[in-house]
Amino acid sequence: MPAEVDFQRLTFEYVRSRDQSVAPPARHPVVVVGAGPVGLALAIDLAQREVPVVLLDNDNTLSTGSRAICFAKRTLEIFDRLGCGEAMVAKGVSWNTGRVFFRDAQIYSFDLLAEGGHERPAFINLQQYYVEGYLAQRALQLPLIDLRWKSKVVGVAPHADHAVLTVETPDGRYELIADHVVACDGSRSTVRELIGQQSKGRVFRDRFLIADVKMKDLDRPAERWFWFDPSFHPNQSVLLHMQPDGVWRIDFQLGWDADPEVEKRPENIIPRVKALLGEDAQFDLEWASVYTFACQRMERFRHGRVLFAGDAAHGVSPFGARGANSGVQDADNLAWKLALVLRGAAPDALLDTYASEREFAADENILNSTRATDFITPKSEISRLFRDAVLDLARDHPFARTLVNSGRLSVPATLHGSALNTADTAPFEGRMVPGAAAADAPVTRADGRDGWLLHELGDGFTALVFGDDASLQGAAFAGVPLKVLHVQACGHAAGAGHVIDRDGVIAERYDLLPGSVVLLRPDQHVCARWRKPSAEAVRHAMQRALALH
Amino acid sequence: MDLITAPHLSAPDDFYEALIDAHRDLTVEQSHALNARLVLLLANHVGDQGVLVQALAAARKINEETAPRVTA
Repeated sequence: MPAEVDFQRLTFEYVRSRDQSVAPPARHPVVVVGAGPVGLALAIDLAQREVPVVLLDNDNTLSTGSRAICFAKRTLEIFDRLGCGEAMVAKGVSWNTGRVFFRDAQIYSFDLLAEGGHERPAFINLQQYYVEGYLAQRALQLPLIDLRWKSKVVGVAPHADHAVLTVETPDGRYELIADHVVACDGSRSTVRELIGQQSKGRVFRDRFLIADVKMKDLDRPAERWFWFDPSFHPNQSVLLHMQPDGVWRIDFQLGWDADPEVEKRPENIIPRVKALLGEDAQFDLEWASVYTFACQRMERFRHGRVLFAGDAAHGVSPFGARGANSGVQDADNLAWKLALVLRGAAPDALLDTYASEREFAADENILNSTRATDFITPKSEISRLFRDAVLDLARDHPFARTLVNSGRLSVPATLHGSALNTADTAPFEGRMVPGAAAADAPVTRADGRDGWLLHELGDGFTALVFGDDASLQGAAFAGVPLKVLHVQACGHAAGAGHVIDRDGVIAERYDLLPGSVVLLRPDQHVCARWRKPSAEAVRHAMQRALALH
Repeated sequence: MDLITAPHLSAPDDFYEALIDAHRDLTVEQSHALNARLVLLLANHVGDQGVLVQALAAARKINEETAPRVTA
């Protein structure tokens, strides 16, 4: 086995670009600012859709410290589409069990794997530098990505049909023209500041300490443990999470009055960790950080030719793993739209729906994150009283466990009310409503092998057709390809363009009857479904999903 | 479904006595905690969010009518 790359020590070489010595400035269809998880995911997605991308990063290293560590099933499915999901899942720690403690007693445990029939686990824990490392490795395989390290954006001049960026490098400054700029440059986004915009919302007056410790004995199961008010850290919360390489993330709530500089010192961290793990625990402190957070977003994620994604556009508390996960989902939403608009297959208005759909998703994340934060850190005496009452009842009464909120773990937003959805014309059951991210399911492929539904979907639109109905065969609408994937009930033989619904899970999850059709967008969100549609109805729904009406 | 505000208790006097009795020998703080647990238990029994919202509004109405609003 080849030696593993040490992503934390990896540095990338700055290479002078030809653009630095041309006049007038070079023009590119897309410039992405920030090579974090969001910028890298977006660049890969665009390159896979044959769009050349310039990706600028102000640094030449990956994430310092573990930072985002929980990657959700939907995000892993997106990484699968980008060609690096397998490496992440292989390296990551899959976990399903969570335990909740109040004071020093466990009040209950939960299992996230309530539903089978998905290729990817509910979550993996993986340090952000691994996620960025695997994405960067994938990006480097794609010749359409021009990744420029040590290239800091210091000026943005927006125009009606382009923006001019000023980029600072070790060789000095140069200008770049971009048809579209996507700012993925994090919560303190330089691009956002340069165009005079702000992210607004609620700042929480609390501080948290993250300590990553490498344990010498690994005698603990891979579980998420959450304490409310434990005796080893009274009146505050503590979260313990396992990462790969024997590293454990411990997150201590400190309160607003804590001094971040003092708390960051190892001599103050080590006693806190020992209070949790025991005096005899053998561990090395790998990384520590004291942070505060806000739940906030930009009012609009699109400002003409400058678009915002990830933390640059919106911020949440870390409870629920909704930061990096929602950022990757932003990229997933934007890439196909930008690619089609640049090809002239869809109007500019399609990019407005990136903003409206992801603003909606950000509101959902902010709502969930704010609720979790208010439960974990009650802001008034009465809020604390009810919080403790819930925890006291949760020990004996299952109903109260539904109220315990140590972070509602990230699930993708269902884009209810999106202008790209076609309303149902017949009754359907289940969660695969227009706007929902497609649920995975086990299939038998045309070649007789076992597989997964999401891998069988097209890069463009896909129509899942239940049964043999041939009326949509080989269709392409509005110049955009449509893959017709026939789903056959178990017992049928699969031919080309068919999959077998091996365990009946597709029919159940999508509520399919013979003749039913579900139309999926390139980002695998449902946009329409019918019992027995005409080819005309499908064409209309595709036009709607391309913002052509 | 509407919040029932017409008489509905099967034994009003017995309930009231039991309610007061449940708080016997508790400090004010302990009583508050008991009340909070009671609210949660009863809310779960009711279940319906629409009814619960009506109950919260009806309870809050007395405050609005009798006390000046606290402003932060």
